[in-house]
Amino acid sequence: MTQARNERLSTASTLEVPALALSSEQQRELYQLLETVRHLDLSAIAWQRQGIIPGYAPERGQEAAQVGSAYAMNRELDFIFPTYRELGVARAWGVDMVAYMSTHKASWHGGLYDPVASRFAPIQAVVGGSVLHAVGWAHGQTLNGPLNTSTDEPQPSGKYGVAISYFGDGASSQGDVHEAMNFASVFKAPVIFFVQNNGWAISVPTDRQVAGGSVAARAAGYGMPTIQVDGNDIEAVYAATSAARTHAASGQGPVLIEAMTYRRGPHSTSDDPGRYRSLDEERSEAGQDPVDRYAEKLQAAGVVDQTFLANALSNAQDEEEQVRAGVIALGSRPGQEMFDFVYAEPTAELKAQAASWREESEHV
Amino acid sequence: MSEITTISMQKALNLALADSLRADPKVLILGEDVGTLGGVFRITDGLQAEFGSQRVFDTPLAESGILGMSVGLALAGYHPIPEVQFDGFAYPAVNQIISQIGRMNYRSRGTMPMPITLRMPSFGGLRAPEMHTESLEAMLAHVPGLKVVSPADPQQAYHLLKLAASMPDPVMFLEPKPRYWQKAEVDVTNPGNLQGARIAREGKHVSLIAYGAMVARCLQVAELAAEDGIEVEVVDLRWLKPIDTATVAASVAKTRRAVVVHEAPLTAGLGGEIASRITEACFDTLKAPVERVTGFDVPYPSGDLEDEYVPNVDRILFGIQRVLTYKRLGA
Repeated sequence: MTQARNERLSTASTLEVPALALSSEQQRELYQLLETVRHLDLSAIAWQRQGIIPGYAPERGQEAAQVGSAYAMNRELDFIFPTYRELGVARAWGVDMVAYMSTHKASWHGGLYDPVASRFAPIQAVVGGSVLHAVGWAHGQTLNGPLNTSTDEPQPSGKYGVAISYFGDGASSQGDVHEAMNFASVFKAPVIFFVQNNGWAISVPTDRQVAGGSVAARAAGYGMPTIQVDGNDIEAVYAATSAARTHAASGQGPVLIEAMTYRRGPHSTSDDPGRYRSLDEERSEAGQDPVDRYAEKLQAAGVVDQTFLANALSNAQDEEEQVRAGVIALGSRPGQEMFDFVYAEPTAELKAQAASWREESEHV
Repeated sequence: MSEITTISMQKALNLALADSLRADPKVLILGEDVGTLGGVFRITDGLQAEFGSQRVFDTPLAESGILGMSVGLALAGYHPIPEVQFDGFAYPAVNQIISQIGRMNYRSRGTMPMPITLRMPSFGGLRAPEMHTESLEAMLAHVPGLKVVSPADPQQAYHLLKLAASMPDPVMFLEPKPRYWQKAEVDVTNPGNLQGARIAREGKHVSLIAYGAMVARCLQVAELAAEDGIEVEVVDLRWLKPIDTATVAASVAKTRRAVVVHEAPLTAGLGGEIASRITEACFDTLKAPVERVTGFDVPYPSGDLEDEYVPNVDRILFGIQRVLTYKRLGA
C-alpha cells in the first residue's frame, strides 16, 4: 500500500515547487517545534489516562505536515481554519497551548484562545464545515483589494492574505469540501486546502474513503493546481506550502496540497485501532517517523548535534510541564458564560432565562 | 416629513436592500441568480447594476456553499445577505445554519459574531413545485443563536429587513411568497417600533395570533367575524425567535380567548410553543383552552391540495367558534 500511495505521490503534482533553502537557524527552529509538538501530543494522551482531560485526538505521525505547513504561512496576514486534530499547527502558529488544550478539557467548545487575535479559527468538529469558511474569508480578502506590501521583505507577501483550511481524507468525503473547492476556483479565492491524508478516517482506510485515487486527483477536476507531498518530510511540506501561498497570495486562486501522512495513534483516546488494523500494518504503512527522520537529516548535515537534540527534548519537556500545570489549573467556567456568548445582542428572553438559572442555582 | 408610498412587498424588500447596501459598504448580497437576473422573485432587481458585481454576486448552485461562504465573509468583516432561492433549498445548508452560523459567536466566546441576514422566500400559496413551498420556522426558531423574523406586509418588510441588515446577529428572514405582489402603504421614514409583536387589529372577543402570510388571512377572518358581532384581535407575531410573550399575553389577558394560526405542521410547531406561553401567563383568565389552526403532519402538498392544507378562512372561523363555545366541565 505504501508503494501505491507513493506512486500517486510521484505523479499527481501539478504546481511547481521551487527548491527552498532554509537557514540552519530555521532548521533548528523547525526541529524544536517538531519535538515540542511530539511531546505535547504524547503528553495529552497521558493526561487523558490520568483523568486530567476527558478526551483527546492524537496526531502522532502528522507533526511534520502540521508544523511545516503552518511555518510557511504569514502570521500577520493569513488565517488558519483547523479541525480538531491540529495541535501541531496551533503550536507552530503561536496559539496559547493551555487555551488550546482547554477544549479537550471540556472548558469551552472552541477553546479559550481568542480566534480573531490569534488568526486561528475555533476548533471544529464538523470537519467539512470550516473548509467553506476559509473560502469565504479568502474571498473577503479579494473584496478588500490588494494589500500594500513592502517590497523589501525577503519573501514577498503578495497581494492578499491567504486562508489555509486543514482537513483530512475523511472530511474530503463531505459535500461541503467539494462545494468549497468549486466556489474557491470560481471566485479565484486565495485559499490553500491542506489535506492531511493520514490513511484513516477513524476505522476506514483511505481506499474505502477516497474515490478517484487521491484527494489531489479530485481537486484537479475543479481546475485547481495541486501538490502531493510527502507529509513526513517537513522541509518538503514547508516548500510546498510556501509555493502554494505564493500562488494564492498573488491572486492566482486556490491550491490543494495533499500531504501523505499516517495517523500512528488512535483516532481519539476512545478509539481502539486494534479492531481495524494490526501493528504489522502500522509498521509497514506508516513510513519513517517524521521527527526521527528530521533529526537524522539535520545530524548528517551537521546542523544539529547530540547536545542540541538533548536540549530540544529538555525544552519540550519543560513546556509540556508548563502546559500540564496550566491545564490542571484551569478551573470550571462560570455558569453565566453559558448565556453570555449566544448572541452579540442578547435577547430579553435569554436574559430572563439566565436570571432564572441564577436564582435557581444560587438557591442551593 | 413622512414619506408614504404605495408599493408591493417585493419592491419594499428591494428598496430595503438598496438602502442597506448604500448605508454600509460592508453589506454584500450573494446567492443563486441574485445578480443580473435580480433573483427569481426580482427582490434583488437592479442592485448589481447599481452596486457592482463585488457587492451583489451570483454563486454556484450550492446552498451550503452560499451559507458557509457567508460565515467566512462575516469573519472577514462583511455583513452578507445571502439568499436561498426557495425555503426548501435551505435544507442542504442546515449544517451551516445550525452547526456553524448559530454557534460561531458562542464557540468563539463572542469574538466571531455572525451578522448574516439569510433571506428565504417562505411558505405556500404559489402552487409551486416540491421544496419550493415549505414552512420551516419552528426548526429555525429551535436553534440557539439564531433570530427569526417574518414580515406580514410591505411596511413591515421594508423596515424589518433594514433592521436585520444592521444587526450583529444572524437573522433568518422569512419572506411570505404569496404577499410579494400585494401593495400597501409604506412610510419609509417611520419604522415604528420593530421590536417583538404588534397588534395588527384590535378586538375584544378573541385573539388570533399569526405571522407571515397568515396575518393577512387572519385580518380577512376578522372582517368576516365582525359581521357577526365578534371582535377579533389580530396579533402579528413578527419575531418568531425571540417570541414576544408579553404582547401576546397582554392581548389574551384582554380577550381571554386565543387561536394560533400557522401553515406549518401541528406537531412541535410554534403553535404549541405559543399556546404553552399563553397558558403560563394567562391560565386563570382563559375562558377556553388555546386553539391551534395549522397545517397537518404531512409534507407540504402539491398545488392542487394546497388549499386543503393551508388554514383557510373557514377553518380559522371554526377555531374561533371552538374557543367561543367552550364549556367547562360542570359549568
